[in-house]
Amino acid sequence: MTEMLKIVDLHAEAGEREILKGVNLTVKEGETAVLFGPNGSGKSTLLATIMGYSTCKVTQGEILFKGQDITEMTVDERAKLGIGMMMQRPPNIFGVRLGDLIKATSENGEAILGEAPNFKMQNFLDREINVGFSGGEIKRSELLQLTAQKPEFILLDEPESGVDLENIDLIGNKVRDLLYDQRKGCGGNIQRHVSSLVITHTGQILDYIGADCAYVMKEGRIRCSGRPMDLLKEIKENGYGECGACQIIEL
Amino acid sequence: MSDNRAVKEALGKQGAYGEDIDIDLYETGSRDVDQIDDLESSEYRKYMENVGVVADEINRSGTLMFIDNGMSHCHAQEQEGLEMMSVREALEKHDGLKDYFWTAVDPTKDKYTATSYLDDADGYFIRVKAGHHVKNPVQTCMLINQNKSAQKLHNIIIVEDGASLEMITGCSTAHHAGDSIHVGVSEIFVGDNANLTFSMIHSWGKQTGVRPRTVCNVGKNSNYTNNYVILNPVGSLQSFPVANLGEGSSATYNTMCIAHEGSEIDTGGLVNLNGKGARSEIMSRSISMGGKMCARGRLVANAPQVKAHLECRSIILKDGGSTLAVPELEAHVADVEMTHEAAVGKIARDQIEYLMSRGLDEDQAISMIVRGFLSGSINGLPPALQKELDEAIEQANLGD
Repeated sequence: MTEMLKIVDLHAEAGEREILKGVNLTVKEGETAVLFGPNGSGKSTLLATIMGYSTCKVTQGEILFKGQDITEMTVDERAKLGIGMMMQRPPNIFGVRLGDLIKATSENGEAILGEAPNFKMQNFLDREINVGFSGGEIKRSELLQLTAQKPEFILLDEPESGVDLENIDLIGNKVRDLLYDQRKGCGGNIQRHVSSLVITHTGQILDYIGADCAYVMKEGRIRCSGRPMDLLKEIKENGYGECGACQIIEL
Repeated sequence: MSDNRAVKEALGKQGAYGEDIDIDLYETGSRDVDQIDDLESSEYRKYMENVGVVADEINRSGTLMFIDNGMSHCHAQEQEGLEMMSVREALEKHDGLKDYFWTAVDPTKDKYTATSYLDDADGYFIRVKAGHHVKNPVQTCMLINQNKSAQKLHNIIIVEDGASLEMITGCSTAHHAGDSIHVGVSEIFVGDNANLTFSMIHSWGKQTGVRPRTVCNVGKNSNYTNNYVILNPVGSLQSFPVANLGEGSSATYNTMCIAHEGSEIDTGGLVNLNGKGARSEIMSRSISMGGKMCARGRLVANAPQVKAHLECRSIILKDGGSTLAVPELEAHVADVEMTHEAAVGKIARDQIEYLMSRGLDEDQAISMIVRGFLSGSINGLPPALQKELDEAIEQANLGD
């Protein structure tokens, strides 16, 4: 498998403070990688830096996407290369209707709007983006937007946070649909072509998307990596306090 | 009728807001103007269409056009209860319009009202008789076609009890007539249980001076909506329409402006909530692209159970200009609920980047946000106006 995303010794500042302090991480084509870590460890900053948000300033290191250095690229250049992001707390876009943004960013134009009921978003297309949306509505809106956009690599920042039990199935399944190509591959297996990097605290989303590998981030660095379920079990039992000391699997 | 001497004295009276214009530098526009039968083949068509006035008159109940100071076209579709003509004709037909003519606007208010009064300015007269609902909008167009001239107009709109009307009025200058002034007095009367939506789109020359003077008297349990749009460069524009509301009535003002470099825009409005339970909402959205922008709003509660809200939002897209938001609330009784908010600043970077993360480039993202800022967050725009507005925003070249 070829490397989709490769991050080398990445240092980045947010609000004039160094948050990322030398991150190394690789996600291969078709792979789903999980990012664990305590609050404030830099996970969201890492995702925002990969997307290219100006709140995060790279001071050292590089980000390679499909072999191309994207460290200095603008957000839209990255999006056009195939990177998409589901934000945890996206901004309110006053005056811009969700349906208009989806139409403007979808290859199929209006056709995608027909998908809205599957996301329970049909009544939100005329609403201003994110304005007054509940936690679950924001997630469903983000997923509908990503479905229109069809990225090859998706950054998912806590896709299940703030979602009630009724909606978790819908959201889990829609994330799954994004990652898995519905065309059957050889032997009838569903093929996965889309890669992703997923932040999760509870691991709930992993019931839907079967992750391949996991990383633990702490104090701006990746401290260890391993099989997602092994790491999740370890974190659930011992917390992050042991991180760095336990070294389940050496990087 | 006012005392002529007092009005003559008022010729020296500057407007309450906006820079002073020397009216004497402009020659009063001609009343002897081309009569246009077919708007579609008219040379003025492009000017009309720029300001939302459709030449084919499809989906319009009627069209009335003034070029300079004279009426050049007046055509109403078969529509019961709708009367359209020049004010001059209406004065003859309706016994001097004595309950209306110069009763809402005081001719001594300032030099602009005074000059219209003393020149006996003509304008459009539109009346909807009691109980009639005019299905499609009535459109009017005011075009200045003579350079160095003063267009002086006096319009009267009457929507009687239980009637409803939607109006789209477009004002513009011909390319060669940009150094001119427009003084438009409009007296509007909305009866009881009546509705009027009055939408105005302006597109002037870079040197044009514009001083509309509008007062609307609203009866009981009626709705009055005033939409005002100016997106192209103008010299100096100052407008402060007044609405006087009776019991249970509501007034909504939506203002959308772009102040380009060299433009001075001072807009807003006053709503006097004189009847019990009257409501009002003043919404202003403006953008400074290097011009001077002032957004005013004044709500005055004179009766109990009044509810009113005022919102001025401004985006500054280019340096070099200035933006001033002046929201004012005034209450003379205890039982009222009045609020205001004002915000001035640039477009938040996180909003632009959020749209960019979906694949829009920076200019597309900014233009989408600006378009939404101007029109999207205002509810209840008439569909016909929404379309014209979208086109006008498109033409305003926000990416430049």
